[in-house]
Amino acid sequence: MSLAGAAGWRFSKPSVVPGFGLTLGFSLAYLTLIILIPLAALLLRSASLGWPQFWAIATDARVLHALKLSFGASLLAALVNVVFGTVVAWVLVRYRFPGRRVIDAIVDLPFALPTAVAGIALTTLYAPRGWIGAIFAPLGVKIAYTPLGIVIALVFIGLPFVVRTVQPVMEEIDREVEEAAATLGAGRAQTLLRVLLPGLAPAITTGFALAFARAVGEYGSVIFIAGNLPLKTEIAPLLIVIKLEEYNYAGATAIAAIMLAISFAMLFVINLLQSWSRRRYG
Amino acid sequence: MADVTLTPGAGFRRGTASPVTERPAVRLALMLVAFAFLLVFLVLPLVVVFGEAFAKGWGAAAATLAEPDTLAAIRLTLMVAAIAVPLNLVFGVAAAWAIAKFEFKGKAFLITLIDLPFSVSPVISGLVYVLLFGAGSLLGPWLKAHGVEILFAVPGIVLATVFVTFPFIARELIPLMQAQGTGDEEAALSLGASGWQTFRHVTLPNIRWGLLYGVLLCNARAMGEFGAVSVVSGHIRGLTNTMPLHIEILYNEYNIAGAFAVSTLLAGLALVTLGLKSLLEYRYGDELAATGHN
Repeated sequence: MSLAGAAGWRFSKPSVVPGFGLTLGFSLAYLTLIILIPLAALLLRSASLGWPQFWAIATDARVLHALKLSFGASLLAALVNVVFGTVVAWVLVRYRFPGRRVIDAIVDLPFALPTAVAGIALTTLYAPRGWIGAIFAPLGVKIAYTPLGIVIALVFIGLPFVVRTVQPVMEEIDREVEEAAATLGAGRAQTLLRVLLPGLAPAITTGFALAFARAVGEYGSVIFIAGNLPLKTEIAPLLIVIKLEEYNYAGATAIAAIMLAISFAMLFVINLLQSWSRRRYG
Repeated sequence: MADVTLTPGAGFRRGTASPVTERPAVRLALMLVAFAFLLVFLVLPLVVVFGEAFAKGWGAAAATLAEPDTLAAIRLTLMVAAIAVPLNLVFGVAAAWAIAKFEFKGKAFLITLIDLPFSVSPVISGLVYVLLFGAGSLLGPWLKAHGVEILFAVPGIVLATVFVTFPFIARELIPLMQAQGTGDEEAALSLGASGWQTFRHVTLPNIRWGLLYGVLLCNARAMGEFGAVSVVSGHIRGLTNTMPLHIEILYNEYNIAGAFAVSTLLAGLALVTLGLKSLLEYRYGDELAATGHN
């Protein structure tokens, strides 16, 4: 399997362990068939649209609104999760209380609960006659069938990404650092904000990025609570589905390509930020 | 969760505020914030699922579950998971073997590619197969001429599910097998074991709990996938409706109790998955040690 080049370039290091060709070959073939060829089909299809048609779809008012809503609501939800997810992680790591293991397990619920189930449950809960909706209805605040409802669903979906990324880093914090800060006269709040938080920043950023990326593409939990009114509460993934149902493959492809491009670009930027903050804070 | 006892952190002495932990009032406040948040966002939705399902009594819920369309949806969901999970299991083991046991060029890029489906919207995961096999595609006319049905049929649902659950098992196994290195395998090989024997008797026992962990998560997602499957399914009742799609149909027909009755099965699956996952982390945490949490 090793391809020895003229200058001694080798594709792989020699090893006594067998099976490299077989396992790598199978993995690459499977990856190509299941992931790469289908994604290439999407890229080819959007490339074949031609620039004027692509631009016309991308600047359509309904498409622009859906994209803005999807990315805006996801940003808001990911920020909410950064704040509360960090508090939840801190409580789980630092405090001891009965039932901690159960609460720790329940944090993963959004990973395990199918999105359609979460969607109808959240809608029932936040509808004007639901348990939580009924509290806000007299105040004139509508949650379900508004952008606020979309944010709620995306907070649900994104929470474990932040907690599970921040939690292991918090567990690794050396207590001596806090003791040193305290010895040097820092108050507890100062220690938390100036000493511990910078060390947690890369993990929090990663958690934010994961929650954000997941929220942008989220469909199942959102479509029930959103209300799905064009130019009001219609998210980009739903618009793709609508275009497909109208056999408007060009429209669906263009929106998908835009979403993928923005998502990948944001992940790339966040990766850069992360490696920068790792260099900065170690 | 009702009664909360505060156990002082290390170095805490009565009367003197510890410099390395928050004041009791702050701790209580943080705990209340965390509990309230989890209660509202995670616990209440779960309670609603079971509450609404049995709101009209056990009989009504049982009646929905016994309907032929519901049973067909359950069968299809089980079948799709029974195909998709083993496929991704074989891939996960193969990919982890190649990546963890060998050094080769482009490894980091390969790992990035394996994680790719996580950053693709489920709807787009379905869309790519529509573009590949659908009417206007290169393959579409050929498939039609030969009577091969992929879209709006079971093969499409399986493919979309495989796409969405693709990274789950591989990404559990890769860090685990990387942490374990190749020492055990080299010892077995030097004692005369064949490659397959080495895998079967040395590697597999080392990774079994990590493998199970990955299978659990993969299965939960496979049975619960909605967006990707929704795009390729065609929503034909009794034929191409999985359980999540059936829930949507019932809900949109204002059969709320019925939708929640089917939901209890999937919520039950989620709870069992979480329970087993916590048990694995608790009992075999060391053997999952290299595993990232998500």
